[in-house]
Amino acid sequence: MSTRQPMISIRGLTKSYGEARVLAGVDLDVNVGSVTCIIGPSGSGKSTLLRCINHLEIPDAGHVTIDGGFLGYDLRQGRLYEVSEKVLARRRADVGLVFQSFNLFPHMTVIENIIEAPRVVRRLGTDQAVKEAEVLLDRVGLREKANAWPRDLSGGQQQRVAIARALAMKPKALLFDEPTSALDPLLVGEVLKVMRDLAAHGTTMIVVTHEIEFARDVADQLVFMEDGRILEQGTPADLLDNPQTSGLQRLLSRAP
Amino acid sequence: MNDRQGPQDGAGRISYPIVPRPRYATLALAVIVGALTLALIVSMAGNANFQWDAVAHYLFHPSILRGLAMTLVLTAVVLAISVALGTVIALMRLSSSRVMGVIALVYVWVFRGVPSLIQLIFWFNLALVVREISLTIPGLGTLFSIDTNDLISPYAAAVIALSLCEAAYIAEIVRAGILSVSAGQGDAARSLGMTRQQAFRRIIAPQSLRFIIPPTGNAAISLLKLTSLVTYVAVDDLFYAAQSIYARTFETIPLLAVVAFWYLAVVTVMSIGQGFLEAHYSQFDTRSKGRWSLRRAGADLRDLWGSR
Repeated sequence: MSTRQPMISIRGLTKSYGEARVLAGVDLDVNVGSVTCIIGPSGSGKSTLLRCINHLEIPDAGHVTIDGGFLGYDLRQGRLYEVSEKVLARRRADVGLVFQSFNLFPHMTVIENIIEAPRVVRRLGTDQAVKEAEVLLDRVGLREKANAWPRDLSGGQQQRVAIARALAMKPKALLFDEPTSALDPLLVGEVLKVMRDLAAHGTTMIVVTHEIEFARDVADQLVFMEDGRILEQGTPADLLDNPQTSGLQRLLSRAP
Repeated sequence: MNDRQGPQDGAGRISYPIVPRPRYATLALAVIVGALTLALIVSMAGNANFQWDAVAHYLFHPSILRGLAMTLVLTAVVLAISVALGTVIALMRLSSSRVMGVIALVYVWVFRGVPSLIQLIFWFNLALVVREISLTIPGLGTLFSIDTNDLISPYAAAVIALSLCEAAYIAEIVRAGILSVSAGQGDAARSLGMTRQQAFRRIIAPQSLRFIIPPTGNAAISLLKLTSLVTYVAVDDLFYAAQSIYARTFETIPLLAVVAFWYLAVVTVMSIGQGFLEAHYSQFDTRSKGRWSLRRAGADLRDLWGSR
C-alpha cells in the first residue's frame, strides 16, 4: 500500500473568508481504499476542507490532487492552468460528496434523483441508468422506495438515497460532511451501517463526524482539527486513548 | 359528580357533545356590513344615471370587443417579452461578473423607477430625440437606416415601453425565485459533476418556478390593467374604444361600467389560471397536499364550509 500514491493528497491548503481564516495550511494524505475520519469542534474548518477537496470552494493557496491529478487545473511547465467549467465539472464527479442536510432534489423521485447525474453527466441511457440505480438502492436497502418522493422518506432514508446518488457517478472517493448530524438518534445507525459496508468494500472515504465510536471502529486514520489546522493525526486508538492536545481532550470528554 | 355523566359511545366511553360558544359580535357585524352592501347595490341598480340599458347595449359592441382583443394581445405580447428579458436581467444580476451585475441593477433602477406613463410617452416621441436609427460601421458604410417615426408606431411604442418597464419587475421576481432555492441544491448538483449551467437548468430553475409563478400571475394581472395607459398614445385598446364612444355620445358612466366589466372578467379567468399553475408547481412542496385535482378542490371547499 505504501508504495502506491495516495488517492487524495492535500498540501498547504489555506482558505480565508474576508478576515476569518478557515483553513491555515492543511496537509493530509488518504490512501486508496482507506477511511479517514475527521473530528473537531464546529468552525474548525472540517466542512471547508471537504468543499476544497472537490473544488466547490477554491482554496487561496495550496493544492489537492485526486489520484495524482488536479481537479481544477492542468499542470504544464510548472504552472497550474485553470480548466474550463465543463472539464472541472466532469472531474469533480470523481469525488462524491454527501451532505449533512442530504440535499436530495425535491422535485424528483428517489430513482430520478439517482439517475439524473449519470444521464446528464455520464450520458448514460435511461434504461442503463435505472438498472445501475436499482443495484445501488439494493445496496442501501431502499429498493422498494424507488418511486417515492424525498419528502415522504425519513431523514435516515433520505441520507441513504443521497449516498446511492453519490455512488451512481462511480467516484474514486467519497466525502461525508457530518452525514448523521441532522438525524434523529434512532436513525443514525442505519446510515452508519451503510457507511461501514462501503468501508468494508474498500471505498476510499473521508468522513467528518461526531460519531466517535464509528471513527474508532471504521477509521484507518483519525484526524483532529481545530482552528483550521490539523493538530493530531494517527490511528483511532492513538488519538482516542491518548489525546495529546487540550482541544482533543476537551472534545472527547464531552462526547458520549 | 353528576357533571361527569354524559352519553356513552359504543365502547362504553363517555363522549361529551361540544356546544360552540356563541359569536354575537361577529354575527352583528356581519349583519351590519351585509345590510350596507345590499343598500349600495340596490342604490346603484336603481340609479338611472348608470343607464344600465346602455351598459347592456355596449357590452358586446363590436368596437368594444375589438378593443378587448387588442388589450389581450398587448398583454400577452408584453408579458412574453418581459418574461424573457426579465429572466436575462435576473441572471445578469446573479452572475459572478460585477459589470453584468451593475448593468442589471441600473436597468431595474431606471425602468422600475420612472412612471410607466412617462416611459410610454417618451418612446412614442422617440423621433424628437433620435431622428433616424442607422448602423454605420467604419469601412463598410451604412448598413441600414430607418426613420424613427416609421419604426415607432403607437403600437410599437406601447410594446417597447411596457415590456421594458415590466421586465424590470419580472427580473426582481425571477431573482428572488432563484435565490429561494437552497444553496445546497446547487452544491449537490455540482458535486455530482453538473456544470453551473446544467445545475441551473435541471435543478435550480424547476424548483424556482414555484416561487416565481405566483408573483408573476400577480404581475400579469397588474399588466393587463396597466395596458390601459396605451390609450394615451392612441393605441385602440379596450379603454380607448370606450373613450371614443363616450366622447361622441356622452354615455361616460355606462361605458366605464362596460370597461370595468371586461377587465374584471379577464382578471377572473387569469386568477383561475394562476391557481392551476400554482398547484402544478407546488406538487413537490411539502406544504401542499399533493397533486391538484377537481376532487381535491371540492374537498378543500367542503373543509372550508365545514369549518365555519
